[in-house]
Amino acid sequence: MHTRTLAQLSADLRARRMSATELTTHFLRRIEKHDATLNAFITVTREQALAAAAAADKRLANGNATPLTGLPIAHKDIFCTAGVKTSCASKMLDNFVAPYDATIVERLQNAGVVMLGKTNMDEFAMGSSNETSFYGPVKNPWDHALVPGGSSGGSAAAVAARIAPAATGTDTGGSIRQPAALTGITGIKPTYGRVSRYGMIAFASSLDQAGVLTQTAEDAALLLEAMAGFDERDSTSLDDAVPNYSKLVNEPWEKIKIGVPESFFDKGLDADNAMVLRAALKELEKLGATLKPIELPHIHLSVPAYYVVAPAEASSNLSRFDGVRFGYRSAEKADDLLAFYMRNRGEGFGAEVKRRILTGAYVLSAGYFDAYYLQAQRVRKLVSDDFTRAFREVDFVAGPTTPAPAFGLGQKTGDPIQMYLNDIYTIGANLAGLPAMSLPCGLVRGLPVGMQLVAPPLHEAQLLKTGHYFQRATDWHQRVPANYA
Amino acid sequence: MLGPDDIRRLCRLARLDISATEIADASAKLSSIVAMVDQLQAVDTTGVAPMAHPLDRPQRLRADVVTDVDRHELYQRNAAQVERDLYLVPKVIE
Repeated sequence: MHTRTLAQLSADLRARRMSATELTTHFLRRIEKHDATLNAFITVTREQALAAAAAADKRLANGNATPLTGLPIAHKDIFCTAGVKTSCASKMLDNFVAPYDATIVERLQNAGVVMLGKTNMDEFAMGSSNETSFYGPVKNPWDHALVPGGSSGGSAAAVAARIAPAATGTDTGGSIRQPAALTGITGIKPTYGRVSRYGMIAFASSLDQAGVLTQTAEDAALLLEAMAGFDERDSTSLDDAVPNYSKLVNEPWEKIKIGVPESFFDKGLDADNAMVLRAALKELEKLGATLKPIELPHIHLSVPAYYVVAPAEASSNLSRFDGVRFGYRSAEKADDLLAFYMRNRGEGFGAEVKRRILTGAYVLSAGYFDAYYLQAQRVRKLVSDDFTRAFREVDFVAGPTTPAPAFGLGQKTGDPIQMYLNDIYTIGANLAGLPAMSLPCGLVRGLPVGMQLVAPPLHEAQLLKTGHYFQRATDWHQRVPANYA
Repeated sequence: MLGPDDIRRLCRLARLDISATEIADASAKLSSIVAMVDQLQAVDTTGVAPMAHPLDRPQRLRADVVTDVDRHELYQRNAAQVERDLYLVPKVIE
């Protein structure tokens, strides 16, 4: 039951081959069995899940079900869930019970989706390995000595280990695509503004976007269709109509032109990973796509530009955590308000979050603002313009999702730059606000790697359809790590 | 290079307590981050407008009406100390 996709499970529920309660119970058992090892969940919402499954069974019997009714999924613990602890994997919010639902949580719930629990992540989504979590690292189901990637590492590990059929995630610099690639699943970050950010704890507001981690592109289409769309509670929400993604993925595939930046294949990319990626591109060519070498002359500057823009926005966003209205408050008595704030924040935030806040404070401080922050925004424009130029000639830009397969726990924690460089291929899409998807495209030394496709704004349907066609012709997305098959 | 004094100044700006042992680590790591982002200085951006946001359209305005309802009891359940509907903080005025 657990290796079936959302699309298959949706059909199973409608054909009464199983009930929503049986399905939810099955996954709750799998979580119980495997999560002590994986640490993919921060909170398992067993009672709520069973109640939601029972309600879904009623809807299925009454005939007022949606295609998602009764399907269990997990939410990244960055999304507010009313009455349920929402920690963002930080000591700062370890005691925080969200008073309301994030828009995407509410929309999926209204569609009848069952929440299994809240998944582990890097603290405040700041990390690429899920090692900065207050609740400890998540293990990669393919090899427990390796990281699952981050920041949506718990969501990725849960889907890869088939202890949840799908999960939500967020992506500020690659946090959906990178862990999806390192665990052998599908992940899509939609266009900036496509999915509401209301109730999603902010990291870098001009880059953050919610999306999904699934087994297949078809499943991503199903979920995204219910999540996307205008929300008056998010001032950056796009009001363009949401296409019927799940229908569109099955329509005939227009032959597309794919741009391949040759600079992506330089020494920064693992040689075996490069070979696997070339083979995947060949497969797309066989299916009818045309490959065209292109150039993104400024893409190598996306990491430095990001590590100015993102920390600057983070230092501002995270100033709300002061221990007054909610969140961690130090047990030690402070003599004045300043010491009180400093103590609560000093004890409540982990090392990486502090580093990013301090980096942000530095690049925004008097005398440095123009040289760092404004210059980074100008470089951001150059990176974005490169994509705009490329999309005059090609439909997608393809490349690797990560430089190499998953690395060892603890291997990069001592060197932030090495950790940051993991997102070298994914950050560009965030800076430019573009939709991008990672598809499992092969194994390197027995470990999964991903192929990334980036599209022009609001071209999610075309991305998902291409993913679906690729997955009809390949079986990389069906590979399940040995202990979890 | 960001030395211990720079780190202390930034910590004060960012309202972050930092222990003596953390300062050395923060100084080394922040220095390497700043060195990495310094690549940006070499880029010619003459005439390039800063891009603050990927949304290439004007932001929408909503009607200027109150939509929030009073939910202070619910919200204050997350507070460490509340008295007569007020959040309590250490005494700041003698």
